[in-house]
Amino acid sequence: MDKVQDNRAWFLIIPVFLIVAFSAVIPLMTVVNYSVQEIFGPGQTFFVGTEWFEAVLKDDRLHDALVRQIIYSLAVLLIEIPLGILIALGMPGGRSAKTSLTLVLLALPLLIPFNVVGTIWQIFGRGDIGLLGATFRALGIDYNYTNNSAHAWITVLVMDVWHWTSLVALLCYAGLQSIPPAFYQAAKIDGASKWAVFRYIQLPKMRGVLIIAVLLRFMDSFMIYTEPFVLTGGGPGNSTTFLSQYLTQMAVGQFDIGKAAAFSIVYFLIVLLFSFIFYTIITRTGEGEKK
Amino acid sequence: MDMDWMAWTTPTAIFFLCIALMLAGMTVWEVVSPTVEAKGFLPMRTTRGDRLFIGLLGSAFIHLGWLAATDASLWGASAVALVWIALVIRFG
Repeated sequence: MDKVQDNRAWFLIIPVFLIVAFSAVIPLMTVVNYSVQEIFGPGQTFFVGTEWFEAVLKDDRLHDALVRQIIYSLAVLLIEIPLGILIALGMPGGRSAKTSLTLVLLALPLLIPFNVVGTIWQIFGRGDIGLLGATFRALGIDYNYTNNSAHAWITVLVMDVWHWTSLVALLCYAGLQSIPPAFYQAAKIDGASKWAVFRYIQLPKMRGVLIIAVLLRFMDSFMIYTEPFVLTGGGPGNSTTFLSQYLTQMAVGQFDIGKAAAFSIVYFLIVLLFSFIFYTIITRTGEGEKK
Repeated sequence: MDMDWMAWTTPTAIFFLCIALMLAGMTVWEVVSPTVEAKGFLPMRTTRGDRLFIGLLGSAFIHLGWLAATDASLWGASAVALVWIALVIRFG
């Protein structure tokens, strides 16, 4: 029987294509247009070529914010990914009240709006009324995230870990639950150690969800804005001013739309590059094992 | 339709037109001769579309690097980027 070629299913992607065009492509095109102009107001624009890009690329404050951002995102990944895997490994399996309770408890931080998380930690860390700050004070530790850069950094990091490790744990848990019991039975017959079971069964089976977890956490942490803004306002000094906060200062604070547009494009390209590298590395890892 | 709010300029219009033509050209090429994953000097197996993406992303960074490092004309960066895209698509 002749195979019938029918590609009409492609028409079904038209709605998605239109939504992406309106929500992403057209705004991005507008940003590119703005990045080569001096904007004084609606209809008052002057072509300046690559001037804004040169200004942005030679901006020392931006270089500092980029370095901070990379360190921050790497720290987030180094803490949240192993911790999330550990939590998932320790979670109860099967359908029981204990499992449901654990899942609900883990999902709770994910349901809290970003600015509320910032406010919670702002109060939590205060020496006079916050539990964390008061505890440190009682222990004789001079903890103050508003005037000590190291304390501010640690607080912002711990806040992120508190807020988002659950996501990694839940994704890994879903990955673990999809492993058929036969794999564990075979490992038991072979007398495999716990480490061998993790390394050769659980970790390879979690690869798919780990790709998503690493990408989501990287992109999210690389674009972090609300929590540090509410908690530290980027301070003390500029020590917790990350890329998006610096961008907002430029676009909204100084109303430097052209420069902020150029900055946005550089920012977008950096996120695209890092995401592509991570995606390629993670999807390639284990390909040899499969063969 | 009034498109003033998008603040179009001739250079950016040409830029996006080139990207659109490139994508349309790649689609036609794909229909005429479907791509096969291949391994070149890049560290992974890539399709034709992957190589175009890597080529374009690389050329964006070539232009940014040129702007950051030198005051020479940007046409130099464009020449280097064209060579880079050609190399990636042919040997990547």
